[in-house]
Amino acid sequence: MALGARRGQGGNGSSYLFLIPALLLYSAFVVYPLFTGLTYSFFSWKGTLRDSFAGLDNYAGLLSGSFLDQLLPALGHNALLFAGTMLVQNTLGLAFALALSRVRRGKRALQTMFALPYLVNPLVIGYLWTLLLSPAFGPVNALLKPLGLAMPWLGDPDTALPTVIVITTWQWVGFPMLLFSAALGGIPQEYAEAARTDGAGSWQVLRRITLPLLKPAMATVTILSFIGSMGTFALVYALGGSNGAPAGATDVLGLLFYRTAFASGDVNALGTSSALAVFMFTFIFGSTLLLERVLRRKA
Amino acid sequence: MRASIVKVALWAYAVFSMAPLIVMLLSSFRPTSEIFDRPIGPPTGFGNYVKAWTEASFSTYVVNSAVVVVGAVLLGAVVSLLAAYPLGRRQFRGRGVFAAYFVSGMTLPAHLGVLPLFYLLEGMGLVDSLTGLVLVYAAGSVPFNVFVLTAFFRQLPHELDEAAALDGAGPFATFWHVMLPLVRPALATVVVFQFVPIWNDFFYPLVLMRDEAKLTLPVGLTHFFGQFQNDWGTLFAGLVMTTIPLVVLFVLATRQIVAGLTAGMNR
Repeated sequence: MALGARRGQGGNGSSYLFLIPALLLYSAFVVYPLFTGLTYSFFSWKGTLRDSFAGLDNYAGLLSGSFLDQLLPALGHNALLFAGTMLVQNTLGLAFALALSRVRRGKRALQTMFALPYLVNPLVIGYLWTLLLSPAFGPVNALLKPLGLAMPWLGDPDTALPTVIVITTWQWVGFPMLLFSAALGGIPQEYAEAARTDGAGSWQVLRRITLPLLKPAMATVTILSFIGSMGTFALVYALGGSNGAPAGATDVLGLLFYRTAFASGDVNALGTSSALAVFMFTFIFGSTLLLERVLRRKA
Repeated sequence: MRASIVKVALWAYAVFSMAPLIVMLLSSFRPTSEIFDRPIGPPTGFGNYVKAWTEASFSTYVVNSAVVVVGAVLLGAVVSLLAAYPLGRRQFRGRGVFAAYFVSGMTLPAHLGVLPLFYLLEGMGLVDSLTGLVLVYAAGSVPFNVFVLTAFFRQLPHELDEAAALDGAGPFATFWHVMLPLVRPALATVVVFQFVPIWNDFFYPLVLMRDEAKLTLPVGLTHFFGQFQNDWGTLFAGLVMTTIPLVVLFVLATRQIVAGLTAGMNR
């Protein structure tokens, strides 16, 4: 930094000229809306007209009976999505990375095929799977029918959320796989060889050497998965609409915010949804910091 | 023995990973009646694409998306390039503060400001306007762009500025004639990385756009799915058309991406 700062000639004035366009654009359309949104949450609103200072009333409103009945299930579904992502997607991603580290022929092709769905728009993924899983004409149920397993995967409140987890895994598994692959590539071969000469089996090498060395990568994957699970929107919108069909079984915070802000018909929609936005940000940001501290603690 | 089981499992997953995309592609070339008859089968013709392009408004959606992505990526890249040059190469008061101000945007949840943004754009007459979307996306791309480009500018050899100064070039001439040609690989990285999220973004147009003639692909897709519910062939064609540009971009740009990343690393 210090070295870089000494480079180049002086001349304050022209430097600022270079900065102005980016400053204007970024301040007007990113920074200003964010901070104004924060102030919105402290006022009560009559439609789009600011009414009076409301203190923390909007936040109290989030915890009132009728709203809490939506907030808690939505938050719970986000949490389940995170748990499912960790258990299924990231475990599978780790297993693939470990398995692929021993494959020589076709490794690149396999990696590409695993990661390809990640390129596709989440909205497209949602609609594609709606068609594939359709009870009447979908190919998935056509394949499962002979096994007696055909069912309305997305139509039944009991199976809808697990199905969302499977679809999310299908789309994103390449991401933990690539991160873990990169981390595995950074572990010197000598460690495992030394352990083997000391008589360790491959299971022991995995448990005592490889997995502990993957801890930083696991922390990264966990934190990014958390942020992703909390922010999910387009996929669930395509699968279940803005109400999280069936029967709210796939409702999440992002959908709840969208409904509150734009489809609730509540006079104070601006106040309530701004408070919800601030709550979501605080919760996600706070949890991320907490995860960061717990996961990166030196053992 | 165990190695071969692992291999079979890996290839089995590869099939699971690819199958939905292959079904999507195949079905987009089959009439709906055939799909309903047999979910999986060989392709037969381009009818679905013609229908999605002409009867549904896909031609409009694609053009709007292209205009917004190109406009936003260009605007975002140009303003970030200008800002990154002094941040990465020149000394001036407040440099650290400005750098931090821009980069902090990478951690801010921009979506949470969507309501004030809506009213801001409404006040400017830019709701339901492609220009409004371009401004929003370009602004959103500034933190990442500035971060990448500043790092890249910093790595260029400092003899360059000295030589330019000896030749009597001012800051603008140095920027234009010396820096711009060198920064091209990083610029390609920035462009490719911004293209995908903007092309895919659903949230901003969902909130900011109402006029059917101004919709971009993602929101257009939701309307299209309501309109053509039972015409699966056309639906599949629409899904493929939304996906193809990204695949093409990745095939074309892989070299550029790698070049951009390694160019930053080697110095």
